[in-house]
Amino acid sequence: MERFSLGIDVGSTTVKTVITDSEGNIVYSKYQRHLSKVKETVTDQLKLIRSDYPDESFTVCITGSAGLGLANSAEIPFVQEVHAAFLAVKKKQPDADAVIELGGEDAKIIFLTGGVEQRMNGSCAGGTGAFIDQMSTLLGITADELDSLSLNARKVYPIASRCGVFAKSDIQPLLNQGARREDIAASIFQAVVDQTVSGLAQGRSIEGRVLFLGGPLFFLKGLRKAFVKTLGLDEENAVFPDEAPVFVAYGCSVYAAAAEDSYNIDEIIRKITEAKASDDIVTGDPLFNSQAEYDEFIDRHRKFDLGYADIRTYKGNAYLGIDAGSTTTKLVLITEDGRILYHHYSSNQGQPLDKIAGQIRCIYSEMNPDITIKGSAVTGYGEDLIRTGLSVDHGIVETVAHFKAAAYFCPDVDFIIDIGGQDIKCFKIKNKSIDSIMLNEACSSGCGSFIQTFAMALGYDIAEFSQMGLFAEHPVDLGSRCTVFMNSSVKQAQKDGASVEDISAGLSSSIIKNAIYKVIRAKSPDELGKNIVVQGGTFLNDAVLRSFEKELGRNVIRPAISGLMGAFGCALYAMENAGKGASKLISAEELAGFDYTSRSANCGGCTAHCQLNIISFGKGRRFISGNRCEKGGGAALKNKIPNLYEYKYDSIVNTVKTHQPRKYRGTVGLPLALGFYEQMPFWHMLFTTLGFRTVISDESSRDMYYLGQHTIPSDTVCYPAKIAHGHIENLLDKGVDFIFYPCMSYNLDEGESDNHFNCPVVAYYPELLLANNPRLNSGNFLHPYMDLNVKKNVVRVLSQTLKKYNIRGKIPAAVDAAYKALELYHADIASKAREIIDQARAEKRQIIVLAGRPYHIDKEINHGIHKLITSLGMAVITEDSISALAHTPKLGVLNQWTYHSRLYRAARYVTTQPDMQLVQLVSFGCGIDAVTGDEVRAILEKRGKLYTQLKIDEINNLGAAKIRLRSLVAAMQK
Amino acid sequence: MPEYAKFTEEMKKTHTILVPDMLPVHFKLLIAIFEEEGYKMELLRNDSRAVVDEGLKNVHNDACYPALLVIGQFMDALRSGKYDPDRTALLITQTGGGCRASNYIHLLRKAVDKNFPQVPVVSLNFSGLEKNSAFRITPKVFVELLYAVLYGDLLMTCYNKCRAYEVNKGEAAKCLTKWQNRLGNIFRKGSNLYLKTKKVYVDILNDFASIKLSGEKKIRVGIVGEIYVKYSPLANNHLEDFLISEGCEPVVPSLLEFVMYTAAATFNNAEIYDKKTKLSRLDKIAYKLIYAKQKELISIMKEHGVFEPPHDFEHLRSLADKYINQGVVMGEGWLIPAEMAALAKSGVENIICAQPFGCLPNHIVAKGMSRAIKQDNPNANIVAIDYDPGATKVNQENRIKLMLANARLN
Repeated sequence: MERFSLGIDVGSTTVKTVITDSEGNIVYSKYQRHLSKVKETVTDQLKLIRSDYPDESFTVCITGSAGLGLANSAEIPFVQEVHAAFLAVKKKQPDADAVIELGGEDAKIIFLTGGVEQRMNGSCAGGTGAFIDQMSTLLGITADELDSLSLNARKVYPIASRCGVFAKSDIQPLLNQGARREDIAASIFQAVVDQTVSGLAQGRSIEGRVLFLGGPLFFLKGLRKAFVKTLGLDEENAVFPDEAPVFVAYGCSVYAAAAEDSYNIDEIIRKITEAKASDDIVTGDPLFNSQAEYDEFIDRHRKFDLGYADIRTYKGNAYLGIDAGSTTTKLVLITEDGRILYHHYSSNQGQPLDKIAGQIRCIYSEMNPDITIKGSAVTGYGEDLIRTGLSVDHGIVETVAHFKAAAYFCPDVDFIIDIGGQDIKCFKIKNKSIDSIMLNEACSSGCGSFIQTFAMALGYDIAEFSQMGLFAEHPVDLGSRCTVFMNSSVKQAQKDGASVEDISAGLSSSIIKNAIYKVIRAKSPDELGKNIVVQGGTFLNDAVLRSFEKELGRNVIRPAISGLMGAFGCALYAMENAGKGASKLISAEELAGFDYTSRSANCGGCTAHCQLNIISFGKGRRFISGNRCEKGGGAALKNKIPNLYEYKYDSIVNTVKTHQPRKYRGTVGLPLALGFYEQMPFWHMLFTTLGFRTVISDESSRDMYYLGQHTIPSDTVCYPAKIAHGHIENLLDKGVDFIFYPCMSYNLDEGESDNHFNCPVVAYYPELLLANNPRLNSGNFLHPYMDLNVKKNVVRVLSQTLKKYNIRGKIPAAVDAAYKALELYHADIASKAREIIDQARAEKRQIIVLAGRPYHIDKEINHGIHKLITSLGMAVITEDSISALAHTPKLGVLNQWTYHSRLYRAARYVTTQPDMQLVQLVSFGCGIDAVTGDEVRAILEKRGKLYTQLKIDEINNLGAAKIRLRSLVAAMQK
Repeated sequence: MPEYAKFTEEMKKTHTILVPDMLPVHFKLLIAIFEEEGYKMELLRNDSRAVVDEGLKNVHNDACYPALLVIGQFMDALRSGKYDPDRTALLITQTGGGCRASNYIHLLRKAVDKNFPQVPVVSLNFSGLEKNSAFRITPKVFVELLYAVLYGDLLMTCYNKCRAYEVNKGEAAKCLTKWQNRLGNIFRKGSNLYLKTKKVYVDILNDFASIKLSGEKKIRVGIVGEIYVKYSPLANNHLEDFLISEGCEPVVPSLLEFVMYTAAATFNNAEIYDKKTKLSRLDKIAYKLIYAKQKELISIMKEHGVFEPPHDFEHLRSLADKYINQGVVMGEGWLIPAEMAALAKSGVENIICAQPFGCLPNHIVAKGMSRAIKQDNPNANIVAIDYDPGATKVNQENRIKLMLANARLN
């Protein structure tokens, strides 16, 4: 009898089976989503096979990310999936040069020519099938619809490509600002492409005949298009084989063909059914032990509710509150005495403006004509858009709205936690005002939309899914990290045989752990407070609420309108601030003809060239977003608010531009990156004095980053380091004789710290640049080691480094001049800071010390946060301009890095100045700021100052920064 | 900022010092040495999920994984009720240097202070940090520790080799335990027998050589990386065991290399930055003495001929020079590329670089140098595996399996 080979590919979302005959031809194949019921789906597929091949004998093998556990317990051979793909390619497409395969949660590249290499994404890299699913959910459409939308795109927005969570925070503001969905769809696909090219290829170029595999690349034409275009492939060299979805399963069957043991299909089915789930999953206690316990819980929470009034019969004043959240839209209309006339909660499906306009229409049509809407207020991501578009009276920051609402239910509230679709917001209340705010950073968004996406991926709606967790016997412990990790935790739990109920309960508990330990960073639940109010749509989920109470060991208050609290707070605010007349909210008549158009443009106001999105509502009313400063918003430039960030940047760049030798012996290139943002005056003066022309790299931009992206070996390093790769390419293109970039373990000793190191990245990044950019060599890239604190060392090392120019004798004097220049630069920054402080005081402005590192003055790195601050009416100075004005306070950590040591002193100084506040800028991936952040907070809070931290990365999403800064302003005003 | 509990002279008698599970083979010997000095010590073995949870609760989540685990393990132990907080102290290693790791002790103190303010934390360091503690490294202890490293390395090397190929399962482990006990007793009794390296080395080598090994050919996998994640099974999800279960032989470079790397850093820095001091000259002398001990071990192992000796440290230094300056001394610095190159050159072309997620120096010395090393060693098959409280075993194992599939191609 003929012997067949069966390959079973169990991926993170699908099961694929392929049968090949003894000649290697595919005689059967099947592709099916498993909705996490791995074993059942595999068995079902095998049963299908049985009907065609009841008695045949098979060699068999399993592959795929979710197949490993199954293979082990069923005692069936396993082949790693990338390797299976490799085997398949060898057979079917032997002339391919490279293979790109996107799966449910993995991305892989195989290089076939010029040294075989198989790679897959690291543990922190979304950007795959699951990512596309998530994004479609966000837009409220299917992946196929996303695909067809993308084909009509006019432009592509930059979307962070590293990780799904980041991309989400790029897309959300675009959605809320009304960007075209077609364009967003195409941008999502482009992000996946960029992710693959930068994250996986890492310097190796993808050329020749490229084979594209995996479900997403087979089904999504827009994604294909983006890949082909980005890689510059012609039709002949971009191969999309028909069997793409089952290609890996085919490779698996190729592998199986070499096996000795064969079985008939019943034997294989038996092996799979009898496979034991492994027992190494960690589980916790059930959320509820009995129905009675659950009933008590429900009763307890039912107490916190509002009264209702009938919108058709009520007469009198009413107040409208709108919460235009990131994924959801919430509205309430309340009476003078706080009863609800109308409420609404739904997904905004990426179109908040239409959604809210529609709801207001509903209100008008149902409303008793004797109701007067006296006031209206809006909060949330879409605040500005809605306020402009629908003429809402007030726009307030979310934190204030939530506090108002919480205090209504619990006047003594001292802690509020709100978990919404995209954000977790927590704040402590002290003396009836917001004391400290904690928001989830870009990498920890285990929030509501996440659980929803999961529910959908597993084939349930959210309500059903979370209900399932309530009585789960063994909730799985899934860890408390970011979404990408959570995906793989779930994958592992599935592999280990956890039930959907257990996973549901486990997810609820992860969200809570994420909030408590990662966002709030509480050491013990007691730190949170005594009177805790929880809100946000996610807490409507009983499993989440219960997990929270269990983790805290205390009961909390969940108002029945938990999901509407932001809107309710707005309504209360509108009531408090109502004027004599009616609200200027858009009228029913105006609404009838309400329409808008959106278009995009580049701002020409300054060199930042912000990408603007302009929405016109007719009658000359427009809403502009995407701008970082007032200028782009179309506002006339009034009194310019002083900003040391700009001054410092200009000062660095201009020295080099204006001061060059007339005749020169050579041209040196200095990259405007990392440490150079402080030392540029030193090196420029040194080389100028020695008779070199200095050329610095151009201003940073997203394009600059892309320029060097292919030489970045570690995608988790901070953005300031990643962008350095672009600066090197830029200098090489400018044609300098050599690039000079010294390595320095030590930074300047300012006499105030235990040691004066650079961080490892700043200290040694030149080594990495040299090793990963093939255009660099020891001749055109000089990276000597030296210590600026030891002059004789600097002189000796430079004499060696520049030996071939025969200028040994000139070096000591040049070094002296360089030290002098650096000193002058520092003095100038300090005196400019003095000037700004004086001016701000004269104008009665608050002063923000935007404390980061020297390289945070780079506009591409700080995303214009300094301008955002000045647009709120506050002056901005830097940490290094005032750090000399205070001594280091007593610290609980080792104070051993120069840049970081300045933070402590700047914070200490701020505590002595009533009109100053400190905002710390932290680059994502900066491990050292994990140490400094807590210390700076302690210094400030001990002396009654607020601590605000802004995390920044390549994403250009100022939304979160804005909430924090506006909350800071609100807190300062108290 | 609070004053932390200090380790006083009296506590030597009353307190048990808990030791984190970093280097299971070596730390048993270390404990014996300190017991001879009159300290009471206990090596922690708790490794449930609670360790990670305690870490997450007590350490900033962006702090690196080793800090999180070490601190989590201590907190879990203190909370277990097994130890009287009034009679317990904690031991943590401290390297000093530009890496975040120098701050472990401070992060630990912050965590302990919240819950067990009376528990003192003592620092094991060789850089003169933490002078006001009654926990001291005397010259005698220093020398004994050096020998403990040498013996620990030899045991680890022999054990890893034997257990990958042993015919009778468990024989290698038995031999390891036997020698750990024997050496532990030597140190504990204050005997000078440990100085007779030649005899002891040969006895160990003979003992392990008597274990019956199968002659099969296995894929050899080198493990380099951040010091804690590389050695500690708690951190690397029992990486060595996993490799053995996959039919591979784990090849783990010795701890002495890290010790010598640290010693070399001091005098190297003095030369690079023109900062020679008495201390840096003394350091160079110490380095030479240690190097002589390494040479002795290497020559004895070569002569014995069964097990592969460690990489000659001067050879490692010259290999490093091909890729990176020896001025790169934060974290494991230039040692990682040097070890990767040495492994590749000696035929161990499959290399796992085990590192904490987001490890700062490793951006440069591990992922940053892979390309250059692969260029020189086209068959080198290097994979960096990130360890993190949220990273799952299945993800890590799948990537290692991919590396092994690559290995089988070559």
